[in-house]
Amino acid sequence: MDASSTLPSLPARRAPGRSLHRFANPGRFLRLAARVQPWLTWPALLITAAGLLGGLFLSPADYQQGDAVRIMYVHVPAAWLASSGYAALAAASFVSIVWRHPLADLAAAEIGPVGAAVTALCLATGSLWGKPMWGTWWVWDARLTSVLVLFFLYVGHMMLVRAFDDPERGYRAGAILALIGAVDLPIIKYSVNWWNTLHQPASITLTGAPTISGSLLWPLALSTLGITLGFWAVVTARLRAAVMERRIRGLLSAQAAAA
Amino acid sequence: MTHLPYVVASYSLFVLLALGLVVSTSLRLRLATRRLRAIDPRAKDAA
Repeated sequence: MDASSTLPSLPARRAPGRSLHRFANPGRFLRLAARVQPWLTWPALLITAAGLLGGLFLSPADYQQGDAVRIMYVHVPAAWLASSGYAALAAASFVSIVWRHPLADLAAAEIGPVGAAVTALCLATGSLWGKPMWGTWWVWDARLTSVLVLFFLYVGHMMLVRAFDDPERGYRAGAILALIGAVDLPIIKYSVNWWNTLHQPASITLTGAPTISGSLLWPLALSTLGITLGFWAVVTARLRAAVMERRIRGLLSAQAAAA
Repeated sequence: MTHLPYVVASYSLFVLLALGLVVSTSLRLRLATRRLRAIDPRAKDAA
C-alpha cells in the first residue's frame, strides 16, 4: 500500500491574491453579497435610529456648546467614514494594481461616490457646527482644508474612472490617483497636532481614555456604528448592481457576436 | 435651544443624503437584477 495515500492532506498555503480571486467569480460574489446584505442593512437602520434619537433627545446638552453639540452625532460618523472610506478605496486600488482583481476595480468605483457624499456631509455639518461655535462658516485651517482636499480626491477619482472609453484604463488611472491621494489621510488625522487649528484635537484615541463624557459617548458610538454599517450596506448594494451590469454587458456583447 | 436651526439643518442634510443614496441604489439594484434575470436564467440564484 502506498504510504502517501494514507496521510491526511495538508491544506495548501494560498497567496492572498489567489484566495481573493475566489471572489472574482461573479456568481459566487453575488450569492455571498446577497446573504450579507440584510445583516448590514437592518442593523444599520436600527442602530442609527437608536444613536441619533439618543443623541437628540436623551443625551444632555454640553455645558459650553449647549445643544449645538448634537451636530456631533452626524458630523463625527461622516468624518470617520470620509477617511476610512478613502482608506478602503485606496486598499481596493492597491489590490487592483497588484493582483488585477476585477472586483477591486468595481469596489473602488462604487466606494467613490458614497465616500464623496459622506465627505460633503462632513464638510456641511462641520460648517453648520462652526458657525454658532466659532462665529464663521469656514476657515482655511489645516483640518478643514485637508478634508476639502479629500473631497476633491473623491470627485477626481469618480471623474477619472469614467473618463475613458476603455474602462480598464479608467480603473488604472483612478487606482493611481487613489494611492497617491492616500497621503492626505495622515495629514487629516494629524493636522490638529501638527498645526495650530481652530478645529479641536481628537476626543477619542486608540491609546487613551476618551475626553468626552459617557452620557455623550454612547449615542456617538451607536450613531458611528450604525452609519458605518449603512455606508457598507449601500456600497455592497452598489457593488452587486455593478457586477450584474457588467455581466449584462458581457452577455449582450456575446449574443451580438454570435448573431 | 438657540442653536436649533443648525441642529435641524444638520440632521435634515443627513436624512436627505441617506434617503438619496438608499433610493438611487435600490432602484439601480432592482433594475440590474430584473435585466440580468431576463437574459440569464442562471442569475436567479445569484441575484
